[in-house]
Amino acid sequence: MRTIVCMKVVPKTEDVRFDQQTRTLDRSGAENEINQPDKSALEMALQLKEGHGGDVVLLSMGPSFFEPYLRLGIAMGADNAILLSDRAFAGADTYPTSYTIATAIRKIGNFDLVLCGEESSDASTGQVPPGIAEWLDIPQVTYLSQLNIEGSMARAKRTVKGGYEIVEAPLPLLASVELGCNSPRFPDFRRKRWAEKEFKITVWTAADMGVNPDKIGSKGSHTTVDELVELPRPSRRMQRITGSPEEEAVLIVQKIKEAFGS
Amino acid sequence: MQDTTQVSEFKGIMVYLEHSAGQLESVSLEILGKARELAERLATDVTGVILGYDIREFGEEAAQFGADRVLVADSPSLAQYTTEAFCNVLAEVVRDRKPEIFLLGATHDGRDLAGRLAVRLNTGLTAHAVQVDIEPETNLLVCGVPGFGGSIVARCKCPRSRPQMATVRPGIFPVPERRPQRKGAIETVQVNTGQVRTKVVERSVKAGVDIARAEIVVIAGRGAVTYFDSVRKFADSIGSAIGVTRPLADRELMPRDYQVGSTGIAVTPKLAIVLGASGAAHFVSGIRGAKTVISVNKDPDADINADADYFVVEDIGRLLPALLSKLEGK
Repeated sequence: MRTIVCMKVVPKTEDVRFDQQTRTLDRSGAENEINQPDKSALEMALQLKEGHGGDVVLLSMGPSFFEPYLRLGIAMGADNAILLSDRAFAGADTYPTSYTIATAIRKIGNFDLVLCGEESSDASTGQVPPGIAEWLDIPQVTYLSQLNIEGSMARAKRTVKGGYEIVEAPLPLLASVELGCNSPRFPDFRRKRWAEKEFKITVWTAADMGVNPDKIGSKGSHTTVDELVELPRPSRRMQRITGSPEEEAVLIVQKIKEAFGS
Repeated sequence: MQDTTQVSEFKGIMVYLEHSAGQLESVSLEILGKARELAERLATDVTGVILGYDIREFGEEAAQFGADRVLVADSPSLAQYTTEAFCNVLAEVVRDRKPEIFLLGATHDGRDLAGRLAVRLNTGLTAHAVQVDIEPETNLLVCGVPGFGGSIVARCKCPRSRPQMATVRPGIFPVPERRPQRKGAIETVQVNTGQVRTKVVERSVKAGVDIARAEIVVIAGRGAVTYFDSVRKFADSIGSAIGVTRPLADRELMPRDYQVGSTGIAVTPKLAIVLGASGAAHFVSGIRGAKTVISVNKDPDADINADADYFVVEDIGRLLPALLSKLEGK
């Protein structure tokens, strides 16, 4: 069984500053990390591999600074890593992104499962996974928390409003995995050294993949971002309530009453 | 693939009407209200589209909430939501009716559907809009899309493709007034589900409180995990809805529908009481709309204190019993 795990590297949300002057994001002070739901997707892929054999291929689109994070994924247990890296991919919204990734998945070939995180923590759209499924013309299950494979069939638990549903689908299948549905493993120490020093990442450019140049990057995007605005932080009173727990309880109950105007 | 470059052929606003347990989703009604407003600005009309089985009565209801016309796709093959059936039917409806704007609720199913449909229709889609406006100079749809934990909003447009698609975050816009005398045209849509490869074999859904609309919400964070039963008692005793931060939903203490924050629900109560949450940005963006925030955390330097109107530095295990006995004794 071959599972392709789509992975994005994102700046840690709390490290990103908004520059009021230029109205742009300042990521310079931000530490990067593997998008957390993508890590859950990788963990799920590795568990499936332990049960069914086969290989796990990491796939990412971005600049070369993504490479150490792909190596981290290799250290966790993935077998191969492909980075789609080309200036022509830059500025892509979810339409060209899903097209480019789907094209790479076709090129990798022979896959049974494509796993993605439910959404990225930076843009948070969650639109790329269904987009990839559409480009590949394969079924999709989004917001999945459990996945079992039996033969050529998948059985998935999917979160919906108010509960869950169990969905069955034939392979190949695309699934987007919910953050927090498992605890991603730590990399094995020895494998980590090997991944950092010896493992070779495959890099594909637009030319390597034979993508339609009109459908990639900012040129292939349908949406434009006009401007960024920072939502003003609501002004809060920040009043501290002090006392013994009993006194604090009295004051809290009083504040509850005040909030409802009685 | 459809040619979407003939922008001028596309007219009107279409709203995808979601329903569950015999009720229209409140986010669909919220969008209908917003769509009415946009339609006035564009001097156009609002079309609702609803898919399901035995759902004809929703047509009239949607008209009472603001739709000029409701397209009903009623078929046993649409009794359960499946991505492919709903995507196939909706793609045909959009190709046939050519709306300039198509809005869906950013629910699990709405997002699942919209992401696939936008690629099928070769058009742009913005996600979980919290602002939905028309740009006066161009008459283009402009949506505010939160990113980076919800504090920064990107103003997005889809200038050259149609329809301009967006999913709209639940709980952001008010539900419009229902006007029983308001009538709309109800039209039946031909249903051709096409190839459907997924099958829903089990569904377990409870109708819960819609915490996005609650007047008072008690929200438990990591520091309240051990006292979760007392948190429930406290919430019950003041007639409050209950919410949780992400780590508690991860541990399945409560379903995702009760998760407050940028990846969950944005609440808009008169009062939010936050117990044992540290105040991470992605959480705080979910209580932005609360009129008053009271927070309890034993850490005097917790970030949450700056996002509270009143904060108590206290061990929750000591405070909750005091609160409960005070409330019982009143």
